[in-house]
Amino acid sequence: MKLSRKFVNDYTNLNNVDLKEYANAMLKLGNEYESMGKLVNVEGLIIGEVESCEMHPESDHLHICKVNIGKEVLNIVCGAPNVRKGIKVIVAPDGCVLPGGTIKKTTILNYESNGMICSLEELGIEHKYLKEEDIKGIHELDEFAPVGEDPLKYLELDDEVIDFELTANRADLLSMLGLAYESSVITGEKVELPETKYEEIKDNVKDTLTLKVNTPNVYTFLVKRVNDIKIEEAPVFMKNRLMACGIRSINNVVDISNYVMLETGQPLHFYDADKLGKVIESRNAKNGEKLVTLDNEERILSEEDIIITNGKEPIGLAGVMGGLDTEIDENTKNVVIECAIFNPANIRKTSKKLLRSEASIRYEKGLDVNRCYFAMERAAYLLEKYADGKVLSGMLEYNTQDRNDKTIEITLDKINSVLGYDLSAKEVENVFNKLGFKVETKKNIFKVTVPTRRTDISIVEDLIEEVSRVYGVDNIKSTLPVFESTPSVHNFKDRAIREIMVGLGLNEVITYSLISVDDIFKFTNDEFGLIKVLDPLNEDRVVLRHSIVSSLLDVYKYNKARNIKDLSIFEISKCFSSINGEYIEEKKLAALMTGIYTEGLKKESYDFYAAKGVVEELLDKLGFKGRYEFVVKDMIEEMHPTKSAYINVSGKIVGMFGCVHPNICKDEVYVMEINLDELLGIKTGRLKYRETSKFPGIAYDLAFVLPKNVLNKDVISSIKQGGGKLLSTVEVFDYYEGDKIDENKKSIAYSLYFESNERTLELNDINPLIDKIIENVVKRHNGVLRDK
Amino acid sequence: MKEKLEALKVDALNEIEKCNDEASINNVKSKYLGKKSVFSDVMSNMASLSNEEKKSVGMVSNEVRTSITEALDERLKAIKEEELNRRLQNDKIDITLPSNKRRSGSLHPLTLVREEIEDLFVSMGYDVVDGPEVETDNYCFEMLNLPKSHPARDAQDSFYITDDMLLRTQTSAVQIRAMLANTEKKPFKLICPGKTYRRDDDDATHSHQFSQVEGLVVGENVSLSDLKGTLEVFAKKMFGESREIRFRASYFPFTEPSYEVDVSCFKCDKKGCNICKGTGWIEILGCGMVHPNVLENCGFDHTKYQGFAFGAGIERIASLKYGVTNMRDYFTNDYRFLKNFDRKEI
Repeated sequence: MKLSRKFVNDYTNLNNVDLKEYANAMLKLGNEYESMGKLVNVEGLIIGEVESCEMHPESDHLHICKVNIGKEVLNIVCGAPNVRKGIKVIVAPDGCVLPGGTIKKTTILNYESNGMICSLEELGIEHKYLKEEDIKGIHELDEFAPVGEDPLKYLELDDEVIDFELTANRADLLSMLGLAYESSVITGEKVELPETKYEEIKDNVKDTLTLKVNTPNVYTFLVKRVNDIKIEEAPVFMKNRLMACGIRSINNVVDISNYVMLETGQPLHFYDADKLGKVIESRNAKNGEKLVTLDNEERILSEEDIIITNGKEPIGLAGVMGGLDTEIDENTKNVVIECAIFNPANIRKTSKKLLRSEASIRYEKGLDVNRCYFAMERAAYLLEKYADGKVLSGMLEYNTQDRNDKTIEITLDKINSVLGYDLSAKEVENVFNKLGFKVETKKNIFKVTVPTRRTDISIVEDLIEEVSRVYGVDNIKSTLPVFESTPSVHNFKDRAIREIMVGLGLNEVITYSLISVDDIFKFTNDEFGLIKVLDPLNEDRVVLRHSIVSSLLDVYKYNKARNIKDLSIFEISKCFSSINGEYIEEKKLAALMTGIYTEGLKKESYDFYAAKGVVEELLDKLGFKGRYEFVVKDMIEEMHPTKSAYINVSGKIVGMFGCVHPNICKDEVYVMEINLDELLGIKTGRLKYRETSKFPGIAYDLAFVLPKNVLNKDVISSIKQGGGKLLSTVEVFDYYEGDKIDENKKSIAYSLYFESNERTLELNDINPLIDKIIENVVKRHNGVLRDK
Repeated sequence: MKEKLEALKVDALNEIEKCNDEASINNVKSKYLGKKSVFSDVMSNMASLSNEEKKSVGMVSNEVRTSITEALDERLKAIKEEELNRRLQNDKIDITLPSNKRRSGSLHPLTLVREEIEDLFVSMGYDVVDGPEVETDNYCFEMLNLPKSHPARDAQDSFYITDDMLLRTQTSAVQIRAMLANTEKKPFKLICPGKTYRRDDDDATHSHQFSQVEGLVVGENVSLSDLKGTLEVFAKKMFGESREIRFRASYFPFTEPSYEVDVSCFKCDKKGCNICKGTGWIEILGCGMVHPNVLENCGFDHTKYQGFAFGAGIERIASLKYGVTNMRDYFTNDYRFLKNFDRKEI
C-alpha cells in the first residue's frame, strides 16, 4: 500500500514530520515499509520559457533554443518535435541529476547546449501514467507557469511516497483515511473527514432501479444514481494522487471511483445506468456461467463466486472486477454507484482463482460498514463537484451489519499483567485517546469504545495489543519467566549418532524430503503407498521420500561434477510412507562413502570392509556390540548382489549397507541406511564396568587353510565353542589367498587370548582347548591346520 | 719398574685416545690389562722386588691400572654416545611432510545452529519437542486461529497432500500437540525445532524446505517482559554479548500482541551497511503473547494462563552467524561448503 504524503495531508497534518522519522515511527507501530522517497526524484528543475527556437543548420530534427529560466537565458539544443517559441517548459540545468543520467554543459554539432528541456518520462514517470503527447515530446506547461520556479511544485508532483507492507489484519490501513488515523497516533494531530455535502435532485433512485439481494454473502449493498455527468479529464490533484498510489488515470468519473477507494478503503463500482437497466441484483454465480470483465477477459464462474446481475445476466464479478457490458465510456451520461460489502472468504477464493485487483485486495480483508456509507456520500459529492453530476435523492440500501461502535471493558491489571508493564490508568487512557478511541475510566476499569473502522479489534487482547503497540516495548523491563524448576525433557539420541558419524570422518548433509516419483522405490524393498503433494513446484519435488540414499547419490553426483570424487557423507531425516491410508514417519540414518577417506601419504580408499567398519563402529558405540550380524539374501535391486548385506540387530533387520549396483552408479560407491526408530527401539544394556583379570593370560595363534566358501564368522563360532569360558577374545590377524595354497582355498590366521579371573593360566590349561578348537575347525569346516 | 709402568700408562692413554669404536677399546684393554698384556708382564716381575719396593711399585701399578681402566671406560662411554648421536642424526626426518589421518567429519551448519539453540533453552529448563512433518490443516492452521479463509494464509503457500493434510508450514503445529498432550494443563516451557515446507521456488533467499525453531511458554504470570528478557538472552547467545534487540509491532493470527524482532547489525552496529540494508537492524524472528483462542483451543483457561511464543528460521540465523549468502548452499551440500564447518566453536 502506497502512502502519498499530500493525499494523507488532506485529512491530518503531515507537514511537520521528517519523512524518514515518520516512516520509522510507523515501522515501530507495526507498519513495515519497503521503500520511501519522492514521487519524482529530481532536484533543481526550473520552469523556463522558450524565447527563440530555430532549426539546427546541420540536423534535420534538432532545434537551437534560447530558454529564459528567470535569472538567466540558457542556450539549449533540443530534439523534441513540439519545442517552439513561446511555450513554457521544464528545464534541467547543468548538473541536474535525472534518472537517465546527469545533465552537463556540452556542444552538439558545434552549438552550445547548457541544459535539457524535459519530457515527463525523462523525470522518471512511468509510461502508463503519461498521455500520448507526453511520450512523444517535451512537456508543455500552461501559460500561467511562473518562470524560474520549481515545475514539480507547479505540477503538484512534489509529493513523497512510502510503500508500506501492511499486516494482514489491518484492512483499515489500505486507505488514506486509515493511514491518517494511524499517523495521528504519531503526530498527535487531529483527523478531519473530507467533504460530503451535495445537492439532491427530486428524482429518486427508487423510481429508476430495484435492488435484489439473493445471497447471504452480501453483507451491505448500497446503490445511488447520479445523472447528467460530463466525462472529461480528471483534475490534476486527483490524477497525481492516483499516480502516487500506483493507479492510472482514465477520466474524471472512473478516477473518482478509484479516488474514493484510495481515500476510504471502500471499493466502489460505477455502472453506466443506461446500459444496466432496471434491476441490480447480487447472487452466487451458477457453475459455468460466463462474464466478460473490464479487462476484456471471459471468466468462467463457479458457485462460490458472488456476482452482480441486471436481473438476468452477470454484469460484474462482485468485489473483484466489473463487467465490460456496463462499463463507463466517453458517452456515459448517467451513473449507478454500487458501494457494497461481501463475504471476504468468497472474494478471497474468487480472486485467488480468477484475478487479484485493488478492490479484491481490500475486500478479502474485511471492510467497515460505516465507511461504506461514507464512501457512497463521498462519491456522490465528488461526481457532483468534478463531473457536474446531478445526484438523485434516495438510496437503495441493504444492510445486515451492526453500525454501532463496539465497547470493550478491560482492567489496568490485565494490561499490566500480560505486558509486564507498570502503566498508570492515565497512561493507558492516553494511548486510547491517541488512537481516537473513546474511553471511560472507573476504578482502573476502562470502558473503551472502538470505532467500527478498526475491524481488527474485537476482544480484550486486541486492546492490549494496541497499548503495547503505541507504548512500545523499548520502555519495558526485561525479565525471565519464573517457573518451578524441573529437569528439561529432551531426546538427544540423534545427536549421539551424529557425533559418532562425524567421529568416523563423515560430513553431515541436509537434502530435500521431496523427491521425484522415479526415485521413490529405489534402495528399498518395502511396499508402501506414496505421499504426493497435490501441486508440486516441479517434477523433481513431488513425493516424500522413503529412503535417503537417492538424495545422497545426488549429492555425490553434484560433487563429482565439480571434481570432488572422495566423499563420505551422512544424513538423519524423517522418511515417509503411507500404509493403509495412515501417514508413517520414520527417522532414518543414511550414509554414502566413496574414494579416499584418509589425508596424508598413506591413502586408504573405501572398500567393502571400510564401509563395514563404519557400520560396525556405529553399532558398537551405540551399545549393540556382539548383537548384530550381516545377512545376504534377496538384496535390493539397486545394490551389488554379492557385496552388500542387510543389518540384523537382535534378530531384526534394521537396515542395509554395501556397494551400489554398477547399473546405478559406475563408480565404487558404498551406502548404508538404518531405520533409527527400529534400531533405537531395541534396548541396549546400561554402560557397566567389567573387571579386568589380575592374572596373566596366554596368547595363542592358529592358522587354517579352509575351503573358500567357508565363512569366517562360522569358523569363529567354532573356535569360541571349542575355547569355552577361558577363551576371552578371537581376532583375525591375517588372511591369504593366492599361489601358495590351492586355488579354491583360503587361509585365515586367528589370534586367540585365554584368561581367567581366578588364576594364572598355564599351557597345560589351554592345550586341551586348542585341541578341541582344531578338531572343531577340521571337522566342521574341512579346515587344515597350518604350521602350528 | 716404576718407569716402565709410567711409560706403559702414557702409551696406553695415547692409544685409548685414538680408539674410535668398541672393538678397538677392547683391543687396547687386552693389550694393556689382559692376561698376556704388557702390564701383566711388568707385574710378573713383582715377586723379585723387596717389600719396600713392592709397596711403592704396587701403589704406582694400582694408579696406572686405575687410570687406564678409567680412560677406557670414559672413552667407551664417549664412543657409545657418539654412536647414538650419529644414529639419531641419521633418523632425521622432514617433520613438515603431511600427517596421516582420517578425513575429518563435520556437522551441517543448520545442525550446529539448532544444537546451539537447543542447548541454550535446555539450560533454561525448556523441553525439546518433536512432531510430524505431515500435519493436519487443523493443527497447522485452524487451531492456531487461522481459519481457511484467513488472508494471513497467503503468506504461507503450502504443499497440500489432501484437502486436510499438508507438509507443515511452521513448527507451531507441534505446540498445539504439546498443549493438547499436556492433560493436566500445567505450566510449561518448550521449544520445537524441525523441518518445515512452503511452496516457494528455490533461490538465493527462498527454499521450499527450511527449518524453524519455535518456543512456547505458558504459565499464570508469563508476560511480555518475560518474552523480551528471554529473547535478549537468545540474541546475545547467538550473535554476541553486545547485541541489542528491538521489537516492532506486527501481526500473527496466533499471538496478540505480535512482534517482529530485529537484532542490531553485528557488522555495522546500527550505523547501516549492506548486511542490514542500511537500516542498522536485522530481522531475526517473530513472536508475541499467545492468542487466547489458541490457549482455549488447547484446553488452557485463558483467564488463568498467559503465554508467549516465538519462532525463528534456523537458516536465517545460520546465514547471519556464518555469513552464508545463498540459501541454496545449505541443500546442495558441496563438500567445499561442508568443510567450512568441521571445527568446534569454543
